[in-house]
Amino acid sequence: MALKSASGVPATLPADAPVGRRLWAWINRRLPVNAFIETQMTGYYAPKNFNIWYFFGSIALVVLVLQLLTGIFLTMFYQVGEKTSFDSVEYVMREVNYGWLIRYLHSTGASAFFIVVYLHMFRAFLYGSYKKPRELLWLFGMAVYLALMAEAFMGYVLPWGNMSFWGAQVIVNLFGTIPGIGPGLVEWIRGDYGIADATLNRFFALHVALLPLALLLLVVLHLVALHESGSNNPDGIEIHDKVGADGKPLDGIPFHPYYSVKDIVGIAVFFVLFAIVVFFVPTLGGLFLEAPNFEPANPLSTPEHIAPVWYFTPFYAILRAVPDQRMGALLMLLAVVSFLFVPWLDRSPVRSMRYRGWMSRTALALFALSFVMLGYLGLQPAEGLYVVLARVFAVIYFAFFWLMPIYTKLDPVKPVPERVVYHAH
Amino acid sequence: MRTDMRTAARCVLGVVLSFSALVAGSACAAEADEEAAAAARDWQHWHVNVDVTDLPSVQRGARNFVSYCLGCHSLKYERWSRLGQDLAIPTNLLQKELIPPGDNATQYILTTMPAADAEAWFGKTPPDLSLMARARGTDYLYQFFKAFYVDPTRPTGVNNLRLPTTAMPHVLSELEGLKGAVFKDVTKTVDGQVTHEQVFDHFEQIAPGRLTATEYDGFVRDTVNFLDYVGEPTQAARRALGVWVVLFLLVFTWLAWLMKRDYWKDVH
Amino acid sequence: MADHAVVVDDEAVDLSRRRFLTRATIATGAVGAAFAAVPFIESWQPSERARAQGEPVQVDLTKVEPGQMVTPVWRKQPIYVVRRTPDMVARIAGHDADLKDPQSKDSTQPPYALNPQRSRTPEFLVLVGICTHLGCLPKQRFSAAELYPSWPGGFFCPCHGSRFDLAGRVFDGSPASINLRVPPYSYPKPTTLLVGADEKGSA
Repeated sequence: MALKSASGVPATLPADAPVGRRLWAWINRRLPVNAFIETQMTGYYAPKNFNIWYFFGSIALVVLVLQLLTGIFLTMFYQVGEKTSFDSVEYVMREVNYGWLIRYLHSTGASAFFIVVYLHMFRAFLYGSYKKPRELLWLFGMAVYLALMAEAFMGYVLPWGNMSFWGAQVIVNLFGTIPGIGPGLVEWIRGDYGIADATLNRFFALHVALLPLALLLLVVLHLVALHESGSNNPDGIEIHDKVGADGKPLDGIPFHPYYSVKDIVGIAVFFVLFAIVVFFVPTLGGLFLEAPNFEPANPLSTPEHIAPVWYFTPFYAILRAVPDQRMGALLMLLAVVSFLFVPWLDRSPVRSMRYRGWMSRTALALFALSFVMLGYLGLQPAEGLYVVLARVFAVIYFAFFWLMPIYTKLDPVKPVPERVVYHAH
Repeated sequence: MRTDMRTAARCVLGVVLSFSALVAGSACAAEADEEAAAAARDWQHWHVNVDVTDLPSVQRGARNFVSYCLGCHSLKYERWSRLGQDLAIPTNLLQKELIPPGDNATQYILTTMPAADAEAWFGKTPPDLSLMARARGTDYLYQFFKAFYVDPTRPTGVNNLRLPTTAMPHVLSELEGLKGAVFKDVTKTVDGQVTHEQVFDHFEQIAPGRLTATEYDGFVRDTVNFLDYVGEPTQAARRALGVWVVLFLLVFTWLAWLMKRDYWKDVH
Repeated sequence: MADHAVVVDDEAVDLSRRRFLTRATIATGAVGAAFAAVPFIESWQPSERARAQGEPVQVDLTKVEPGQMVTPVWRKQPIYVVRRTPDMVARIAGHDADLKDPQSKDSTQPPYALNPQRSRTPEFLVLVGICTHLGCLPKQRFSAAELYPSWPGGFFCPCHGSRFDLAGRVFDGSPASINLRVPPYSYPKPTTLLVGADEKGSA
């Protein structure tokens, strides 16, 4: 009788077993590779009714790997320092073999990361993926988002272009609005009396070493939490409530090979779109690589329009919509922090938008609209009609979160089906 | 009699039609003139079609740059040898026609004017132009080259619509000639306040240059084309490689999709 | 079982088609990955800056006295340029038995240095000044009997004691096994040495 070790691989093999099998068995006695595959991939059952909104998690993971790879290679040629950073980026673009490609992959990857992450987060709102028992999954995800914002902000400073400098100036100055400790804190962050070489160097260390590690750790925790609760699905039904005789969920399918195979298609489509941008429109008209950043940092010359990169503009619009600097900073912070409370603000008895009523749907639609509109407005000069609109959409934005306990409770819901809705494809 | 009448009628009809055509024609012409004038007035929307694959144009632009710009402006991120390679200019020709005497081909393209002197003479160091096309855009450069006008109030004697109070003299004036700008006084009423504004109306040629307007336009286009190339020398290679990459990815996507569809037959 | 999401119907599934598609996709993916690796690997090759800095180096030979050595740098390496006196040229011969590779069969030099003086002309010796043992810079010991009575003149490496003669050939008893390398070089003018370029073009 063959004994099975904890990994599930027989502890003893027949003497004439092929070398490959023996090596595999040797490894698995010492490292639970097989166990991992069997529990996390072939044995992890995910709902069969995933739709297009479920691609973005795996795509985000791919983009993370891409950023790590291209980032490490850029670090081999980039020379941090107020006198050398800008020149070294041009060195990469012109003189390092394929340096231009590695750079564009990294800059496009940064924007792609946010597009993918925003769509990934939107899915959670569509299907209530943050609701019990997935609150911690949601919080880890938000932590990833926050770490990503910090990582992207610091990364943008590194080329030391004029927008790098002035963007850093504006954002770091925001910390000055904190009562009491503000001004001291700003000087401490900068390491100097203005954005300077000291700031650049520490942002480099954080961007290259600390935050990538933090991101990796948080992503791992995010995935572990996911596997603990199991994936949600577009119908918001718990598939583990209906298991078959073999203990497997009736509406579930093994992640491998079905979702590994499906995710490859999603990733491939993503790469087609990604490649089109990288090779044909890498600056995307100034959205992905801003024109003022092709001029070196100049503390004595502010660009005509200081705007952060597009993925921060919704929050920037909220900041500028408020006439008071301190209140504006506070509300901008609240705009980000509000996300953290959603699992508890949402009082709907039902997870998925499919079975919620018109109130929740309208609220979500308005939120999505206001997020996009605020993003657009954040790119415009803060004057006239733009300010008025920013205020209107900021109100809608906050109403989405803070009125949620009310409208999700009042909302007439539809009956939730017993089994998931699936159409073969 | 009848035929005479018919002939006469046709005759009259012919005259009326021709007259209308003449009037309409000149009206069309006038309309076209008005459109052209409007386009000329709208200098902020002048557009240049750059094409860095138009090698002869970029080569001419390189020559233009060496002749008229290198005296003050550097291209400090570009090497002469790189220029020769990308623009298909053989080394001996590069050395003879473009590279200043004393410099060798592997060096970066630097101006001979010392920065300190430049600052003293112009009040501002002439900026390096390697990335100007990326920082401001090719339309900006095109407009800049074509928007110089005589202005006695300026130390250089000229001003520029695109970059008002520019410290740069009109180095291309021998080619374009000198032109004056005619402004129209426009009154606007905003919230009961009446404001006067000098709005540019048209240019007037004061002194001719060596080139005709069309020739000068071509000269400017070549130069902007060259500056666009210098802004990103790898752009042609980037687009060329991109075609293959996207094609490959499309093939891969198709295969992956076929594979997915087959596995998913299992799912009910 | 009938109610399960996944039913692998052995009749409906064409296993060979599935296997083919899987393999085709994996193979195409592998090809793509290989191509994708190229830019990253190529980025490690010397950049245009390194190549520009590695261009051939000119040496003005009128500045070199007879018996003197100058050391220009080419591609980050010291190049020993020695103007040998007729006496030094004579001291190249007569000790082939003490050398490991007297005919330079195992050593590295361009065809025009495959002669007893290991140079284009007897007067000038051009060597890469890096010991062929472990890479230290040998020191000049050009005088006869400078190291020991029978020493014909040459180079001595202080790191591990390798000895080379006035043509850069390694002596027996040295840890180094081959002669000092000769770089490509040429004389565009009789008084100008160009290290790094010869008939074959730039190295």
